[in-house]
Amino acid sequence: MSKTLFEKIWDSHIVVDEDGRSLLYVDRHLIHEVTSPQAFDGLRLNARKVRRPDLTFATMDHNVPTSDRSLPILDQTSSVQIKALERNCKEFGITLFDIHSPNQGIVHVIGPELGITLPGTTIVCGDSHTSTHGAFGSLAFGIGTSDVEHVLATQCIMMEKPKTFEIKIQGKRKNPHAVTAKDIIMSIIRKIGTAGGTGTVIEYRGDTISELTMEQRMTICNMSIEAGARAGLIAPDEKTYQYLKGRKYTPNNYDELVNDWRDNLKTDSGAKFDKSFTLSAENIAPQVSWGTNPAMTDDVTGSIPFPDEYGKGNPEEVKGATKALQYMDLKPGTPIVNIVIDRVFIGSCTNARLGDLIEASKVVQGKKVSSKVRAMVVPGSQLVKKNAEEMGLDKIFKDAGFEWRESGCSMCLGMNPDILAAGERCASTSNRNFEGRQGSGGRTHLVSPVMAAAAAINGHFVDVRELDLN
Amino acid sequence: MKIKSIVTPLDKVNVDTDQIVPKQFLKLIQRTGFGQYLFYDWRYEQGGIPRKDFILNDPAYKNSKILLARDNFGCGSSREHAVWALDDFGFKVIISTSFADIFYNNCFKNGILPIRVSDEILQKLFSTKSEIEVDLEDQIIMVNNTPISFDIEPHWKKILLEGLDDIAMTLQHESQIAKYERSHKT
Repeated sequence: MSKTLFEKIWDSHIVVDEDGRSLLYVDRHLIHEVTSPQAFDGLRLNARKVRRPDLTFATMDHNVPTSDRSLPILDQTSSVQIKALERNCKEFGITLFDIHSPNQGIVHVIGPELGITLPGTTIVCGDSHTSTHGAFGSLAFGIGTSDVEHVLATQCIMMEKPKTFEIKIQGKRKNPHAVTAKDIIMSIIRKIGTAGGTGTVIEYRGDTISELTMEQRMTICNMSIEAGARAGLIAPDEKTYQYLKGRKYTPNNYDELVNDWRDNLKTDSGAKFDKSFTLSAENIAPQVSWGTNPAMTDDVTGSIPFPDEYGKGNPEEVKGATKALQYMDLKPGTPIVNIVIDRVFIGSCTNARLGDLIEASKVVQGKKVSSKVRAMVVPGSQLVKKNAEEMGLDKIFKDAGFEWRESGCSMCLGMNPDILAAGERCASTSNRNFEGRQGSGGRTHLVSPVMAAAAAINGHFVDVRELDLN
Repeated sequence: MKIKSIVTPLDKVNVDTDQIVPKQFLKLIQRTGFGQYLFYDWRYEQGGIPRKDFILNDPAYKNSKILLARDNFGCGSSREHAVWALDDFGFKVIISTSFADIFYNNCFKNGILPIRVSDEILQKLFSTKSEIEVDLEDQIIMVNNTPISFDIEPHWKKILLEGLDDIAMTLQHESQIAKYERSHKT
């Protein structure tokens, strides 16, 4: 029988079927400091062990400071959480990339970077952006803390089988340096909505996807959760195998595995999806979010919508848009390029990899950040930071007036000191523009790294298609 | 499980878990005490003064155990702290037209019953001022003496009614897990 890629991975991980659900084996479990302490407490309370510490990897990313790491952490509550992770990893024998490790970074950046993420595997983490790893053809999804405890104790997860959702993206982008993977995924979310993928695993397909680099594919899969999907998948290809070759945790029998993956890890022709959506990449413009969820997004050439027009007769959506505009302090009809910003954040598990920084640096090179803007670059991992520094990107950013910081989640969710003040408006390469996400009262506009960099220089949004980015 | 209470109507779509518990409260390392932070930025002005216009500050709903929500409730972050906060505040049932997947799972893991109903029924519940009763065993919501039935996955119903420890349940499959591990490559 023809099967989708998702169905193949699902079927090959079933340990037991029971009551319409499956107990699935988990190949890799990633943990971090914020959603794991209560899970470890649960284990201790019930005298349980971690079943497979060898398949469990930990790092600290959510609340770590991005300033000088030789100094003590000033926030006591963050420090307690970080120490708890250190203690728990030691007690249960789990590999930890701590704040001083050259491999520390955002969990969804370091997984692929270290070869922990592999095609055809199942990966879970107590973080919704675990969908990122789907870019390698792994079934990867976020779980709550109770499930973190369940996976630690059993190396399995009990789940109902999600539905399948095919999203096909076809055609050539007119200017691939200006219209990025971020713009593709934001265009999709804008069209299918923040609950468009609920209950499904998305497989992204089509020639536009094949052309993307692994880093760009990660940006696409990363935001699957913003469309409500359980996971996002892209079938592995030669780019995938090349990317993972020779990394720290890539298995010894890698070539053998690749042969196997080449044969098996694809959706069979004739396989049926429960749902489909097609998008042409040809006319995608750079995207800017204007509201308080990622579907509230428009082209950079557009204007802030009137709530009635946005809600299309749905009173709840009209109300939602009205409230969003109030929160964002924006007036309907305002051209997006007229929106003036105070802050710029280039970072997060969506857009803080080397390729993102290279692209952004091209916009910044030889220019100065607007005197009214405070801008920062937070590389996704220590390795990204090191590689970028070897290329001299840090100098380009610093010369322009950007802050160049240590790796972590940083201002994507503002659990560390990197936050917006109330009323501040930020062009951010992160994934969520929810109220208060980057700081209580802060206003977030989601954009690509090149759009964020151009906004930093100009002090307002600009259409990066008008710049020379080659 | 029978819950009788007035309902707290939270009239907003796409309520994300960042609103349910803002990030500044995720640094605690225990599961308890999150109720005070529930909807913090909507409940309080800066400086901690309660906002009069927010429903949870209305004394009329003080003892409510049932939250009425709109579409896509609990979207965004996987933080289970959102469910711990709802539970600690006193909500045992959440009724909406739809929930985000991770949040939906997290509810059951903490003894909260999320119920999906049609638009029409949700509308009816939003206009109800009197107490309603939710009966999980019979899968009935009683509204002004009119029963409304609801669906729930049988396994979740069983887990809630019997208060089962799902890790212990999975560990009963130890031999199958071990067998899987012996035959599985990665």
